[in-house]
Amino acid sequence: MTLAEHLPILPVVIPALAAPIALLVMRRRRALALGIAFAACLAQLAAALAVMARVSDGTILAYALGNWPAPFGIVLVADRLAALMLVLTAVLALVTLSHAVLTRADRKGWHFHPLFQFQLMGLNGAFLTGDLFNLFVFFEVLLIASYGLMLHGQGPARLKAGVQYVVVNLVGSSLFLIALGMLYALTGTLNMADMGLRVAVVPAEDQGLLRIAGLLLVSVFALKAAVAPLHLWLPRTYAVATPAVAALFAIMTKVGVYSIIRVVPQVFGESAGAAAWVPAPWLLPAALVSAAIGFIGVFAARSLSEQAAYAVIGSTGTLLIAVAGWSAESLGAALYYLVHSTLAGAALFLVADVAARRRGAYADNAAPGPAFAGRGVAAMLFMVAAIAAAGLPPLSGFIGKLLILQAVAPMPDWGWAWAWGVILGTTLIGVIGFARAGSAVFWQSVESEAPAPTATARASGTPRDLVAPALALALLAALSAGAGPASGYAMAAAAQVLDPAASAAVVLTENAR
Amino acid sequence: MITYEFLVASAIGVLVAGGIFLALRARTFQVVLGLTLFSYAVNLFLFASGRLVTGRPAIWDKAVTDYTDPLPQALVLTAIVITFGMTAFVVILALRSFLETGSDHVDGASVPCDAQDGLADGEETRL
Repeated sequence: MTLAEHLPILPVVIPALAAPIALLVMRRRRALALGIAFAACLAQLAAALAVMARVSDGTILAYALGNWPAPFGIVLVADRLAALMLVLTAVLALVTLSHAVLTRADRKGWHFHPLFQFQLMGLNGAFLTGDLFNLFVFFEVLLIASYGLMLHGQGPARLKAGVQYVVVNLVGSSLFLIALGMLYALTGTLNMADMGLRVAVVPAEDQGLLRIAGLLLVSVFALKAAVAPLHLWLPRTYAVATPAVAALFAIMTKVGVYSIIRVVPQVFGESAGAAAWVPAPWLLPAALVSAAIGFIGVFAARSLSEQAAYAVIGSTGTLLIAVAGWSAESLGAALYYLVHSTLAGAALFLVADVAARRRGAYADNAAPGPAFAGRGVAAMLFMVAAIAAAGLPPLSGFIGKLLILQAVAPMPDWGWAWAWGVILGTTLIGVIGFARAGSAVFWQSVESEAPAPTATARASGTPRDLVAPALALALLAALSAGAGPASGYAMAAAAQVLDPAASAAVVLTENAR
Repeated sequence: MITYEFLVASAIGVLVAGGIFLALRARTFQVVLGLTLFSYAVNLFLFASGRLVTGRPAIWDKAVTDYTDPLPQALVLTAIVITFGMTAFVVILALRSFLETGSDHVDGASVPCDAQDGLADGEETRL
């Protein structure tokens, strides 16, 4: 077995090795720990790109862990969608890690770098696994790391929000286990590809249970994706988390979306018999409502970070509107928009941090404060990030929304009218919301009776903290400039996801290895 | 006649009901207890997902031909480890949150403890 055959496991192994090493050297040699953290992120990016290069021609890589043949052992599956998510994770990790290091946010606690690596391990694993129980385990890995990261820096507000976040996710994990238990009891397998074949032969008297299991599973994914009405945990958590961490968390909701895209066509797809597409009818209304709630939240938010959190909800809603079309075009549009919305959400959190560092006591409250140094650059960054997040031309948000509008046009039963109305309406509300917050923070200024920003507050707003937001925005610009190839890749990935039989054939015959 | 299935199903049902009731309470300690009960129920449910079989081995034995399903036992072991770790974490987190914010309410409302359930003032300040 050559090294190339071990490629699919590398994105999980690299952070798993880097995290304990970073933990060991962190206290004594900070520079070494930083080197390890960056090297691990770069190595993950390289591995992700290598995986993408291998699968971009439509190959599906299956990797049987411990060489146990597929339905019995755990199998990792790398296809176009998984590779896309891996690359996105690695890129986002580099951006957020550099922001954390440049703003010294990683020094506010002892274990930032190990937790960060474990978080990446959970994310990469969740994107690669082809086994439902293993998906649960990687969810737990990424959640446990996220609890630590979310509380990084501590303080009463974070602890308060942290308790809610942990409790909500514990309940979610328990429901996940119930759904898994039901699916295992009905089909006798946990391998996604195998389960997809076996749900077709579940006897008629068990169809009710199967449907409940499917809906429960998708509800858990919807909880992770913060789809209305399960979104209430998100704004408070993300708004109080360390900005670099919140920016990384922009991909956490996408894990839920990814799981829906992965599991529903594979297990509850065309071939599932009576349970085919069980969760599908619920998805569109929930997505419409969360898009509306998210962008109304953008309009009503009291601070830039809260606004970014609501923008994440709104963009997830928009994304799921496209997913709910369940055609290759709409899924492809959704995947393009997924990449865009992750980067745009992260950019918003980072820009909110830039503003907060320069405004001293006013932080990132969306209210006029005294004029502050470096306002022009910060305002420019905010404007570009807001254009991207709201979906105005020329950035990728516009292209993504255009693709979605085009792809949902054939939706039956007036679904397309709802989708168009909500997407266009929320875009307008979002634009007004961003403009309102931006003009309050960056344009209007009041003579303050409070003391001017203290020396420490001013010192924290060095130009170094502009690097990561600018990098995120540059990535968005690249995504817009390369929209042709990117959306082409997304369409191909969507077509592959909607053809579970091909992936099942690869996964279940990979026994020889 | 009461079957095993009936007994296990009722036990799971009662645990879930109690767990959900407690998890919906306003104070973190009750919520943690509720989550613990709920996770017990989930573990039992997961264990039962391989069907209830008595007196059969889970791993290979020369003398027998019928086995119980070994996979749910492995799954439930993983689930127990994870929920145990998470319960420990949430207990510490709830405690830290209480000590730092002075309130053990899940929504962070700063209602003093004694206004809620008549604890003596002295008892609260000792904490």
